[in-house]
Amino acid sequence: MTILDRFKAMDYGPAPESRGEADQWLAARDLAKTLFIDGEWRAAKSGARFTTVEPATGAALAEISEASSGDVDDAVKAARKALSAWRKKSGYERARVLYAIGRGMQRHARLFAVLESLDNGKPIRESRDIDVPLAIRHFIHHAGWAQTLDRDFPGFEPAGVVGQIIPWNFPLLMLAWKIAPALATGCTVVLKPAEFTPLTAVLFAEICARAGVPKGVVNIVQGGPEAGEAIVNHPDIDKIAFTGSSEVGKIIRRATAGTGKKISLELGGKSAFIVFEDADLDSAVEGLVDGIWFNQGQVCCAGSRLLVQESVAERFIGKVKARMSHLRLGDPLDKNTDIGPLIAPSQLARVTGLVAEGARQGAECWQPASDLPQGGYYHLPTLATGVAPSNILAQEEVFGPVLAAMSFRTADEAVALANNTRYGLAASIWSETINRALETAPKLKAGVVWINGTNMFDAACGFGGYRESGFGREGGREGLIEYLARAKTKGEYRRIEIPAAKAGESEDGLIDRTPKLFIGGKQVRPDGNYALPVTTPKGRLLGEVGAGNRKDIRNAVAAARASKWGSATGYNRMQVLYFMAENLAARADEFAARLAALTGESAKKARAEVEAGIECLFAAGGLADKYEGRVHQPPMRAVTLALHEPAGVVGIVAPDEAPLLALLSMLGPALAMGNSVVLVPSERYPLIATDLYQVIETSDLPAGSVNIVTGGSAELAEVLAKHDDLDGLWCVGDRALCTTVERESAGNLKRVWTNAGHAVDWSDAARLADDFLRRAVEVKNVWVPYGD
Amino acid sequence: MSGKTEQTMIGGASVHPLPRSADNTAKPPAPHAGGLSRNPGMPLDLGWLEAMRHINRSALERRVDTLGKRRSIKKEHQAAWLLRALAVMDLTTLSSDDTPDRVLRLCAKARNPLRPDLMAGLGIEDEEITPAAVCVYHPFVSIAAEALAGTGIHVAAVSTAFPHGLAPLPTRIAEIRASVEDGADEIDVVIPRGLVLGAHWEELYDEIAQFRAACGQAHLKVILGTGDLATLRNVTLASMVAMMAGADFIKTSTGKESVNATLPVGLAMVRCIRAYHEHTGIHIGFKPAGGISTAKASLDWLVLMNEELGRRWLEPDLFRFGASSLLTDIERQLEHHLTGRYSAAHRHAMA
Repeated sequence: MTILDRFKAMDYGPAPESRGEADQWLAARDLAKTLFIDGEWRAAKSGARFTTVEPATGAALAEISEASSGDVDDAVKAARKALSAWRKKSGYERARVLYAIGRGMQRHARLFAVLESLDNGKPIRESRDIDVPLAIRHFIHHAGWAQTLDRDFPGFEPAGVVGQIIPWNFPLLMLAWKIAPALATGCTVVLKPAEFTPLTAVLFAEICARAGVPKGVVNIVQGGPEAGEAIVNHPDIDKIAFTGSSEVGKIIRRATAGTGKKISLELGGKSAFIVFEDADLDSAVEGLVDGIWFNQGQVCCAGSRLLVQESVAERFIGKVKARMSHLRLGDPLDKNTDIGPLIAPSQLARVTGLVAEGARQGAECWQPASDLPQGGYYHLPTLATGVAPSNILAQEEVFGPVLAAMSFRTADEAVALANNTRYGLAASIWSETINRALETAPKLKAGVVWINGTNMFDAACGFGGYRESGFGREGGREGLIEYLARAKTKGEYRRIEIPAAKAGESEDGLIDRTPKLFIGGKQVRPDGNYALPVTTPKGRLLGEVGAGNRKDIRNAVAAARASKWGSATGYNRMQVLYFMAENLAARADEFAARLAALTGESAKKARAEVEAGIECLFAAGGLADKYEGRVHQPPMRAVTLALHEPAGVVGIVAPDEAPLLALLSMLGPALAMGNSVVLVPSERYPLIATDLYQVIETSDLPAGSVNIVTGGSAELAEVLAKHDDLDGLWCVGDRALCTTVERESAGNLKRVWTNAGHAVDWSDAARLADDFLRRAVEVKNVWVPYGD
Repeated sequence: MSGKTEQTMIGGASVHPLPRSADNTAKPPAPHAGGLSRNPGMPLDLGWLEAMRHINRSALERRVDTLGKRRSIKKEHQAAWLLRALAVMDLTTLSSDDTPDRVLRLCAKARNPLRPDLMAGLGIEDEEITPAAVCVYHPFVSIAAEALAGTGIHVAAVSTAFPHGLAPLPTRIAEIRASVEDGADEIDVVIPRGLVLGAHWEELYDEIAQFRAACGQAHLKVILGTGDLATLRNVTLASMVAMMAGADFIKTSTGKESVNATLPVGLAMVRCIRAYHEHTGIHIGFKPAGGISTAKASLDWLVLMNEELGRRWLEPDLFRFGASSLLTDIERQLEHHLTGRYSAAHRHAMA
């Protein structure tokens, strides 16, 4: 073609990024030794290797050592050995190391980008302009956290040895999200990159070695499911951080149940992309390009469900189709490529299969008449319209360039459709009306909400989901806490045995009382209509409480779900809790006497517990309008509102120890933050809770905000754990109970906290308040770019 | 090199596709060079204007920020695209010290924009690739028209009390007529920015419609003075009113505002052009002007047009750069393309 021909045609032509440096880098390494353990490059003990390929061509890139459980064991030993010296280093020393890593990555930014695009298939524009700069930003940002840790997180220590498992869609970026906060907090790391994308982690480990990371602080074990499983199940790992599918997330939740391991899970999503009629429609179309056609749609927070207001739907869909026709599929190393190949044939088959099934279920699947490159695992961008909420494309995470479109009539309907999913990772709202956008954002069950934007990330802003999109946040202050822990308390939790009731001995001179369950603001008889005796330590009968069962729990959760408590203002909740403390104080003598009778402890001690409980309620009430979110300031013209939202409906299984104080220590913060509660009181001392419902009834708490179900803790806790409409569950009990609760909570990945069978010090009010307030909220990051 | 000799320039009849003299509006619109029908305008539609209000600056900025990174044009393609930038250029001089000789120099440069060795090297020595127009103040229109006669290069006059637009309306209309009379076949008018800031849409519409009428067969480019309009919303609303009132082109800036043509402003305007096309089927041209002085920047604008409006909008009947120093940088880049050596401005003939 002559210049003149090109002058007439005005095509872009190829603009390939050179792969020469990356190929040289690959050639110069012994990739058979790519396990980075204790500062050394090792081959797998078994000698096993796996092949990593270029998704654009299917050609092999390298043979990588494949770790097995023995290698993981070595890595964990190295990390354990390195832990004490690393955590003892000053914040300044750790900050310097993080800074050096960030700068080292910056110096090799292009090599990282090219390797990433080769290995993953993502367009070079994305790896160069998004993945790599964000990864660098993460390290430099966290250098500052390392130094300020003592000031900002007093009373915490590093979580310890951390096992981290990351996915293939953002290999380097996910590595950065995992390793930077771990190093900042003084943890040591065993990280497993995804089998599809091992390469940039190798380059990263080389930079760690040069940046002065002590041996054993960062260990990278390449491998597949065996290595992953070895990490999850390793007894000497203190915390698991995982990013990947919800399915595997649930497996990890079950596997770690009862082990005392901290876990944070960053899982799948089916994020809504809501376009109101007053949106800048052309910009919203571009938002979709950044939303669902970013990284071929292989993004956990991809805006894969388009919800567009009926009045503009037809016009908007037309614009989307026109825009899709301009998307260029091609070589990931070509700077003009918008969409590269999917990661692997299996992924291509999955996406193709889901699209076919979606079409079979009635969706109209449209693709632009673009050329499909030959040789790699390419899939055309796809728009599915006429998608019913039940369609597989509206329900399942596709993890491909497939957009499912639906229309809505009103903002309420948009919210209902957006929340009609098991996931809750992210959402976008497009509207030029600030009132509408800021009203909608808090109603969405999603950890991240972008207003007039999408897929914005920053190290200072927490990222993570509600519901089955996982728990914990990455980035920002809220992400750092995932790598910190309280010093473990000594001793085991002890159940208090229930003595056999002796016949014929009851209190004299009083009219018989029937303590009932308290559900939906009413005293109700238990569904099963059985009763359980409650006695003094010596077996003297003090009363008989209802034996709650699964149906009572069901009713209690339904009542809690219907409660209006969550929409009360902080000031309102504060006054109600103060009032509750006031009413409890008025009956302090009675409660103290009851405690003393139940537990057999001295009147003085019982009185002290009641006083401490009242103080605890008072403190929680006082914080109801103060335990607020933050405003993050990412490096762009935007503010990110890190809102504290109630977790939702929270189950509380209270212990036998300090039966009133422990109960109030949990109930107070839960209520203060606007949660409604299903409370299972101490099995041994339930009367202390049934006495409480009269206090609740006189304290202006709306119906359903606190529900009390007495009965067998283990039985009721398990029902709560298995209830998929429960958002959180705090359970104090013995190890067996904690294990069951954690394991069974995997069904909907509710936020579970247990004492893991350890004793709990209920006297440390300030610490407890801090911890339970944190557990009582979800942090939702609402991104608000601005400018007119 | 090409057949554009002094001889044809002086003696030849006009080969302009557009008539050289002004007329009343009774005549049917003349076709564009590209065969498109002219914008007949439409009644002012305030409802549509209202619906166009929703402009999100941050999103537009993100779009233009990634646009240049999503598209990269290298080697022969780059040379071809730079030639394209040259071909859609309104080579401009708008200085208060302009003189006839200065304008004649500019016209000479327009006729021979590239060194013969570059033309030969690019294989275009037999082609007439020149700037689309020369753009001058009214006093120089007749000089330019004469100097460019027979070349196919249009003569554009800035008008209506450029750059502020604050003269009495009859004066401004008379100015258009005078320039058309003198041989301008493109008229770049400015609007009084206050009409936009005060949301006086009817008045703005009426003025532009009168400008259009005064232009007759000459094409009307409406300069919005976007640097003065404060928001992208104002830019959008002004663009829509200008098109409804019959603008053939909408143009960003005079080059005299403190902020010149920026890509976000350009994006807002080309999206208006798209909306107008979707609604009426009429193609409106776009002319960013002011501050576009590097070859790289010209590529960004071409990419913007291609991505947002498509290939058709890369032709001179629908896209122009208002530029003065851009040409020299394009020459330098083309020389670099041919020789692999970085060139210097003084190696290329000045305007």
